[in-house]
Amino acid sequence: MMGSETHFSFDPPPPKEDLETLALSDPLSAVDPPSDGSDPLLHSTSPSSSSSSFPDPPSYADVIFTPFNGTTSAATSSSTSPDFRPSTSPYLRISVSDPQKEQQDASTSLVPGGNTYVTYLITTETRDLGRFGVRRRFRDFVTLADRLAESYRGHFIPPRPDKSVVESQVMQKQEFVEQRRSALEKYLLRLAAHPVVGRSDELAVFLKAQGRLPLVRSVDVASRVLDGAARLPSQLFGEGPVAAVGPEDVGQPAKGGRDLLRMFRELRQSVANDWGGGRPLVVEEDREFLERKEKVQDLEQQLSTASQQAEALVKAQQDIGETTGELGLAFFKLGKFETEEAVYESQRTRAADFKRLATAAVRASRSYRELNAQSVKHLDILHEYLGMMLAVHSAFSDRSNALLTVQTLMSDLSSLHTRAKRLEAASSKIFGGDRSRTRKVEELKETIRITEDAKLCAIREYERIKENNRNELERLDRERRDDFLGMLKGFIINQIGYADKAASVWAQVVEETSRYGRERD
Amino acid sequence: MISTTSNSGSSSSQSPRSPSASQQQPFLSVTVTDPVKLGNGVQAYISYRVITKTNLPEYQGQEKIVIRRYSDFVWLRDRLADKYKGIFIPPLPEKSTVEKFRFSAEFIEMRRQALDIFINRVASHPELKQSEDLRIFLQEDEETMERARTQETGIFKKKPADFMQLFKDVQSKVTDVVLGKEKPIEESNPEYEKLKHYIFELEDHLAEAQKQAFRLVKRHKELGQSLSDFGKAIKLLGACEGDSLGKAFSELGSKSEFLSLKLQKEAHNLLMNFEEPLKDYVRAVQSIKATMVDRANAFRQQYDLAETTKLKEINLDKLMLMRSERAGEAEFEYKELKAESEEATRRYQSIVKLMSEEIVRFQEQKTADMGLAFHEFAKGQERLAKEIADAWRSLIPKLEKCSSS
Repeated sequence: MMGSETHFSFDPPPPKEDLETLALSDPLSAVDPPSDGSDPLLHSTSPSSSSSSFPDPPSYADVIFTPFNGTTSAATSSSTSPDFRPSTSPYLRISVSDPQKEQQDASTSLVPGGNTYVTYLITTETRDLGRFGVRRRFRDFVTLADRLAESYRGHFIPPRPDKSVVESQVMQKQEFVEQRRSALEKYLLRLAAHPVVGRSDELAVFLKAQGRLPLVRSVDVASRVLDGAARLPSQLFGEGPVAAVGPEDVGQPAKGGRDLLRMFRELRQSVANDWGGGRPLVVEEDREFLERKEKVQDLEQQLSTASQQAEALVKAQQDIGETTGELGLAFFKLGKFETEEAVYESQRTRAADFKRLATAAVRASRSYRELNAQSVKHLDILHEYLGMMLAVHSAFSDRSNALLTVQTLMSDLSSLHTRAKRLEAASSKIFGGDRSRTRKVEELKETIRITEDAKLCAIREYERIKENNRNELERLDRERRDDFLGMLKGFIINQIGYADKAASVWAQVVEETSRYGRERD
Repeated sequence: MISTTSNSGSSSSQSPRSPSASQQQPFLSVTVTDPVKLGNGVQAYISYRVITKTNLPEYQGQEKIVIRRYSDFVWLRDRLADKYKGIFIPPLPEKSTVEKFRFSAEFIEMRRQALDIFINRVASHPELKQSEDLRIFLQEDEETMERARTQETGIFKKKPADFMQLFKDVQSKVTDVVLGKEKPIEESNPEYEKLKHYIFELEDHLAEAQKQAFRLVKRHKELGQSLSDFGKAIKLLGACEGDSLGKAFSELGSKSEFLSLKLQKEAHNLLMNFEEPLKDYVRAVQSIKATMVDRANAFRQQYDLAETTKLKEINLDKLMLMRSERAGEAEFEYKELKAESEEATRRYQSIVKLMSEEIVRFQEQKTADMGLAFHEFAKGQERLAKEIADAWRSLIPKLEKCSSS
């Protein structure tokens, strides 16, 4: 369900120049700075003749440790496999790259003059159908998300990246595009990893169909009215049979905007549910569901707090690493200064001590940076699951909407039956029958039959969504357990690795300065 | 070499030099301990117990305990600075300017440690340890101490002799102006120039290092805090999970809180045993700068007096040649001035000589001080890292149990 791809909401800033290029001397050799005025910290060899120059800096690999047994998958991040668990997705690899500006065709746009938008190259490697490359714009992603939301009601569909209303005033355009690119990539990976959505036609079409995206865009009612497509007035006045919309469409969410009338009626129903005295005819009775819903809400709250604190922890780790490095730099400068100005032997000794400490501090600082990069990856799981809560809410909404539809239809039926009875009663009072009334009764009975069909469809849909909810909740619990366990393990192993490394770095300094220690230690 | 040092940077409230068994070996060991808040409101202050253990004949008995406050230490330092020009007087911790910080446990402990180090440095300095003022400080009762201390307050801190000197300085300054020698006279000694330059630049470097050290202390505290918060949040999250996973979360949260305490402890250790010695180093450099001012003054004084004496000599010769009756008086004045000039020269040369010894001692002392500070720093960091590794490692078997269940 989750991706291990990192992109915590803040990134550790790029390392400072000085620390990065610092040539660390071997602590056991005599140190001598270059005689020119420039910062010797950037040199690896010293022009100074007499004593030995700075030896080769220790390799960066010196401070990078590989995580121990087993959870290497937790430590590595790639845009290939997003899961900790073996993936059964038909897609092996998806990447989003190469943002390009394109001009919208002036003739099809409502706004004269056209506008520019960004397209991205989506490269997909499938399990057995080869490689694909298509170009998509952000609007296509929105369409995909909408289509999936309609087709897979009740499922926990990974939420898509936000539409950003904020223009390039706030962020540099480049930065924004890069953030969006990364977010889109993660989105597609999450979709692909979903056991149901990953196999959907919609996703397949999105990833593979060349040219224009052949998915219908959601059109809101206002636009349809403008196009003249919706028979809005007659619908609003309650005339015309419900059969203007097919029974199977009844099951679809009214909020799609296609059926304004239905939206109004369901809204009326929900108000009646909330404020009306009577009990609706069907209610959410599944206690197990209600319990799990409550648990999910609780989980969301704790996830939110934990995610925040995790972020703060990473920041604190980063800060301490940075300051340790800066301390090291300050001591390097002191050491260099004392060496240059040395008159007494005690100064040279001290300079060497300064440099020892400085070396250790810079090493420790680099270790901290490594620790943090890994910590971010592991703790990111919290962030991911928090984001997933949106999908859960959506799925629960699907369920309650479907229930509302059923309730509405049942209430409709009830009133239709009442009307029919009344008409029949009135009609029977007239001798010889009432032609017009009889015809009305016939029409009503037809309407009732259709509404019955619609009701059955709606109930089927509701049950289907309930089933989806149930399965998804189970999957959430299962996968969450695995992911959290992986997170804990990864986090702990990471911390241990860093701590061991740091301990050995400082142990060396303890050893080297042991002669200064007091007898009573 | 001083045989009784190596107690600088000491963080214990005991002087590490225990009284030696042998009676022939002269020793003087001091401890500053037991800070107690006395007085109320604005008048409140901290008093310390100063315990002296010695076998020196000038001191009354083997052990003496007196109560002293910060201003008493200041008095002693000022007296020493006045009398022992040329010697780098050990520095005192600063007065605290921030009110509410003044009585925080951390500040009091830092100050107590710094005062302990100060008094022991004085007591182990070959010249300073012989000071009568030191003896007064260590031995006299509280009333005598208070009297001595309050006597020195006020603008006229200087003794009458110094006052005369002040006038003479002004006078010679006027002479300079009159004679057109307005430029301040400085000794031209390339070695000393180099030293001055070294001291000034050293202060900058040290200040930077001390700033980073202080920041590092803060970072430790911050990390501790966030580990604590994180631990709590993880525990709550674990409550949402069931069975073994929930327990694993709970254990992780607890470890996190445990480590938070360790970090706070290390922050304190860093403050006392790493940042303080660095601050102390900066103070020592400032003390050297004060001595340099004394040396400059002494140089100028002896130079001025030498010049004035020369003039007087020329004048005297003139008078004697003219067989003036003022020759006798002039000769008397000349002899007096010459004596003063020689005295000033002696003072100046004494400072020069003392300084050259002091600088050697200073360099050696600081190498030892820094070495110890680094040792403590590295020890603390190593200990902390090990604690972190061990704490997290202990969770692994529990996690293993989770995945198998």
